[in-house]
Amino acid sequence: MDFMVFQYPMISIQACLDGILLGILFALIAYGMALQWGVMNIINIAQGDLVILGGYIAYFMYLYGIHPAWGVIVSPIIMYFVGVGLYKLVINKVVDRDLFISILATFGISILFMQLMNFAFGADVVLANSGYGTTFLFDSNVVLPNSKIFSAFVSIVFAICLVIYMKKSKLGRAIRATAQNSRAAKILGVDTEKVYAATFGINAALCGVAGALISITFTIHPYMGLPYTIRSFMIVIVAGLGNLPGVALSGMGLGVFEEFADYILGTEFRIGSVFLLLVLILVYRRFKLSKKREYLK
Amino acid sequence: MINKNLVIYLSILIFGLAAPFIFPAFKVQLSILCVLIILAMTWNIQGGEMGYNSFGNILFYGLGMYLCASVQVGMFFPLAEWTESGGEKTFVHTPAQFFQGFGVGLAVAAVVPAIVAGLIGYSILGLRGHYFAICTLGLGVAAGEISGGIEIIGAGQGFTTPPFPDFGGLEARGEFFYFCSFISLVLTFIVVKSIYSTRFKLVLNAIRDNEDKAEAMGIQTMKYKIIGWMISAFFCGLAGGIMGGLVGYIDSTDVAFDGREMGVFMVLMAILGGKGTLWGPIIGASVFHIFKEGFWTFFLGWQYVALGVLIVVIVIYFPEGIMGWLREKYPERFGEVVDEADRKAQVELK
Repeated sequence: MDFMVFQYPMISIQACLDGILLGILFALIAYGMALQWGVMNIINIAQGDLVILGGYIAYFMYLYGIHPAWGVIVSPIIMYFVGVGLYKLVINKVVDRDLFISILATFGISILFMQLMNFAFGADVVLANSGYGTTFLFDSNVVLPNSKIFSAFVSIVFAICLVIYMKKSKLGRAIRATAQNSRAAKILGVDTEKVYAATFGINAALCGVAGALISITFTIHPYMGLPYTIRSFMIVIVAGLGNLPGVALSGMGLGVFEEFADYILGTEFRIGSVFLLLVLILVYRRFKLSKKREYLK
Repeated sequence: MINKNLVIYLSILIFGLAAPFIFPAFKVQLSILCVLIILAMTWNIQGGEMGYNSFGNILFYGLGMYLCASVQVGMFFPLAEWTESGGEKTFVHTPAQFFQGFGVGLAVAAVVPAIVAGLIGYSILGLRGHYFAICTLGLGVAAGEISGGIEIIGAGQGFTTPPFPDFGGLEARGEFFYFCSFISLVLTFIVVKSIYSTRFKLVLNAIRDNEDKAEAMGIQTMKYKIIGWMISAFFCGLAGGIMGGLVGYIDSTDVAFDGREMGVFMVLMAILGGKGTLWGPIIGASVFHIFKEGFWTFFLGWQYVALGVLIVVIVIYFPEGIMGWLREKYPERFGEVVDEADRKAQVELK
């Protein structure tokens, strides 16, 4: 336990800013999760592994001498096809089934991806150096790497683009219609199978963007996927499906919580505290709902 | 009919008792098989019968493992110094101390997880469906991450359990752990079988089929859910304690709270054999263990790839499991009156 963070306000400001910039990234991943959960009613445990895979695409561009920031463009394109392929192979068989089946099946995919990435890219912790330098604030008491600011900015741009796309485009309307009532959408001529594939592809593309940004800002490692899944799940259950400002806010809240947990409890308990927070949030919501004799649905 | 069952049980018992002498080279494998069967059976209590699909029973398994080893060391020596000395043994258990410590350790390893399950049960079991699954997944991983930061049980570098006392060598060690796990398996089987023949099982099934209706019928569902989870945790902890002694080395995320291996295995074995049956988890665990050993030997390095594919294939194409398949094929054997239309309707509903 270390309460330095409360004695020196500069550390608090640092943690808050770091957390908010990190949280915007989490919110982007969570948005993808909310999208597929709302539309296809599946929970994708492999979400985090898609993120890491997207990160490796940017990292490989960096290795071959291309600036990793271009990964923000290339990675979602590749990941879109990965997502559609994954849908055609596995996910389409679990869409209409029990949620537990989808959890277990995607858990299997997650293990598969983890190990394949471990073979393909090695078990080292890697990062793609963007060379963006750092920004100093408050007499150099607060240090912000420019890459973090860049990643937050790019995530916001992508999120806004996607929201507009979902509102205006034909596919976006079809996706929203399917989310509301898939049978009615089918009757009215929406090819739901295609919509599902596109939704999963868009989700994977979002993961690709987030992964590329993570590889620039932080580090990536084949086994680091599951925490991202849990974070996005947590953000979605706090905010609720289809509540975009809520997703953004709870994402930032989670980021700030994590930074403070990192300072107070120590880095070794960081991931553990995220998972414990998930349990606490679920239990809190369960008690709140049980007063009305309801349960989480 | 009773006589026939008795013959089957007796022959399995005799085979189990004789197995380490018939296959002396496979003692460790057989002990692991016993532990796996216990895990699959305990998972099946709340996963299969009660419909609460938990990914977090690994919590009780890991807890039991750490508790058993800690008690075994802590009863005679200071625990902190033991873990600090790591692999180099500054303290040596005498045989009497070893067995006494192991016995007490196993008792603690079984009772404490059951109490923990009872304490957290009221909060966690109020969640349903996938929320319960994700919440328990979080619990299991959190336990692993947190225990990896606690110094007194070895933190990141792991915790060596007391070595087997120096008599009889490897043979005696293998036999000791085999009989430990086999006796626990028999105990688990007897308990599980006897609770499955009471009203308790019907209540669990009622909860699985429709919890609201069960509650409306006047069943205190929460009480039964907690008891079910506690029974599950009791034997899970016991299995963990034995496995800790058998492996000889405890690491927070790779051995004890190993959600990626044991945590998934127990779910997978129960589903492979057939959820919600008595023999399903046993058959599933045996088939899975043989399959896994083959894969782990011949495809070394690719085992997790195989595991991932296996999970996807089993879950998508074989969710009913072996018992479900047999039931479909030979319904008369299960004492069912075959009404084709009725059966079709049931399958449709699922």
